[in-house]
Amino acid sequence: MSREGNNKEMKDLLKQVIAPASDTELRRDLWPQMLRKLEEAPAPELHVPWFDWALAAILSAVLLFFPGSIPALLYHL
Amino acid sequence: MELLERFASGDLEAFEALFRQHQKEVYAWIVRIVRDTGIAEDLTVETFWRIYKARSRFQPEGNFRAWARRIATNAAFDHLRHSRRESGLPEDLPCATGADPAIRRESRERIRTAFQELPAKYRLVATLALIEEEPYNNIAKAAGISVALVKVRVFRAVRLLRKKLNCLGMEVNAK
Repeated sequence: MSREGNNKEMKDLLKQVIAPASDTELRRDLWPQMLRKLEEAPAPELHVPWFDWALAAILSAVLLFFPGSIPALLYHL
Repeated sequence: MELLERFASGDLEAFEALFRQHQKEVYAWIVRIVRDTGIAEDLTVETFWRIYKARSRFQPEGNFRAWARRIATNAAFDHLRHSRRESGLPEDLPCATGADPAIRRESRERIRTAFQELPAKYRLVATLALIEEEPYNNIAKAAGISVALVKVRVFRAVRLLRKKLNCLGMEVNAK
């Protein structure tokens, strides 16, 4: 039997057990619930990627061990 | 400024207007997937919460409706994935009217169990394609996958269901 035939057979079997959703009407306004969720949500945390931390660490090390590089760095900023 | 532009720039009033415009449609889509009104309400709010958080990534010239449906499908999928082993299908799951009386209560229960045990990605497409008879291209757009992949998942869902039903002692022809 073809793939479509197999699907139809299973579709018929399933539909005898599980009907398509007939009641899909939303009965109440969900905005108050949404507003509560917005108010309860914690302030977004400042997320610094690990790569930025690594870059900052390398830069600090360079400045610490090679202070002569500071003017060059300032020049490039 | 247009509503979608105001929304993308973080205007809460614009978000409220979009919420009120689209909440019914989002809810109706989700309830067809999760088949539980209470869960569908919570997931509708969760969907708009995700939409609000991702507002800066929304292109105002884009299609908000399609974007919302995609996010709703992801939220419903996450629910199916996490609830798979925790709970069965809801008790008040509607049974089709005019069901074949030859399919006994026990058999119906086995089919429900087998369906509920499908992996979430198969259950999602199987629900929409086989039960809700949603066109494949709509499912593909909503799930963010190709039509070909939808067909593959439906085929695998059917094959898995058949296998599970055979394991549960139901004679379903392996074709």
